[in-house]
Amino acid sequence: MEFEVQDHEIDILLQDLMESYGYDFTDYSRASLKRRINRLYSLDKFSSFVLFRQRIKTDSTYFRRFVEEITVNVTEMFRDPLFYKTIREEVLPVLATHPFIRIWHAGCSTGEEVYSMAILLHEAGLLKKSLLYATDINPDVLDRLRKGIFPLRFIKQYSENYIQSGGKQDFSSYYTAKYDWAKFDEKLAAKMVVATHNLVSDRSFNEFQLILCRNVLIYFDRNLQDKALQLFDESLDTLGFLALGAKENIKYSPIYRKYKQLDNKERIWRKIA
Amino acid sequence: MAENSITQAIQLIAIGGSAGSLDVILKLVPALNPRLPAAIIIITHRKASSEEILVDLLNAKSTWPVREAEEKDTIAPHTIYIAPTDYHLLIEQDHSFSLDVSEKVNYSRPSIDITFESAAEVYGPAVLGILLSGANADGVEGLRHIKTRGGLCLVQDPDTADVDYMPRQAVQQVKIDKVLPADQLAGYINSLFDTQQK
Repeated sequence: MEFEVQDHEIDILLQDLMESYGYDFTDYSRASLKRRINRLYSLDKFSSFVLFRQRIKTDSTYFRRFVEEITVNVTEMFRDPLFYKTIREEVLPVLATHPFIRIWHAGCSTGEEVYSMAILLHEAGLLKKSLLYATDINPDVLDRLRKGIFPLRFIKQYSENYIQSGGKQDFSSYYTAKYDWAKFDEKLAAKMVVATHNLVSDRSFNEFQLILCRNVLIYFDRNLQDKALQLFDESLDTLGFLALGAKENIKYSPIYRKYKQLDNKERIWRKIA
Repeated sequence: MAENSITQAIQLIAIGGSAGSLDVILKLVPALNPRLPAAIIIITHRKASSEEILVDLLNAKSTWPVREAEEKDTIAPHTIYIAPTDYHLLIEQDHSFSLDVSEKVNYSRPSIDITFESAAEVYGPAVLGILLSGANADGVEGLRHIKTRGGLCLVQDPDTADVDYMPRQAVQQVKIDKVLPADQLAGYINSLFDTQQK
């Protein structure tokens, strides 16, 4: 793929997005953003940058597609099973001591990981006293999350992940298969609070004992990473847990000194100060 | 011919391979001149979490520092970076790494095409792209991109590759500077730098 949309044109687009819609992508990692924008440009068969720019500026439906396509919405249930095993074995027993559990999935996309967490809570007997806050910048992916319907072709992989994460139940008891889709049990979704939230511009909105933000920070530059981690720090109880993606780290952030990573080196940190 | 086309010193060597490439990499890397002033990025298609094994293997065999590429790491000369499994590896204009878990490309994540294209964008003529044995065409578009930006392309001779599809596609589709049997790749790379120093 030759890059049709050049850096200076991307600067123009990002400026438009701020002026027309109030979305700020200027602190996103540029290499990935540039590839995503160019991918969409060729996917939707634009013939000139002028037309592309015009469409985004004037068509708010297309703008939503633009945001959904340039942000990455690839996710899976029980992604990195050993991470979920650690949540099961080391984090949930601590959360169990609270009378009420609040968990925030920031940048949750279509919610496969939120459903995974709900299943873990259910199996630990904690779902009834838990609320899972699921937020993302894209309203459309959140609509899919609310429905809890995922493509059946991925279920075999999810089922294997579930077992690797220490799951002992029959995974198929959590969903009903129909045609090409699996609809997950509504008792899981009943404990989810779903809302749009933009990590670039929105503030803290509650206090949590566990915050998960997996494979979101890799798309931010260092400055925006620090800002998001600051926001998580403000939103986390003392002795609460912060969980990131497999290749993400807080070691370069100012919040680092207040946190201690779990001994098994999964990307889960406990707030100790 | 290829030697004469070098107008700018090579700063980055990007090596891509799939099925049948591991042995080639394990022989090629230790045979490189230990004082080459370039950075090396290796992108291969492997099972999840096996990058640590490759890092260990190369560390044991090579005098170069070898590590998994981490997001925001600045690429340093004379260092070997291994692309982590299950992430695409991109390069920013400031020569730091970015990771991306977007859709697989050519059924692959990491995709060789993505890293090659990104390297070409940032390093232009200072990239040497190398494609080895493999069973799909990932990396071919990337080589084309490197070529377009004035970089240099080297491909393992398909007749010497365990799985010849990947290098054969490259030779058929892109104007490759040099096609060499596996055991001559390291010597050729070393000689490129000799030429540069003259």
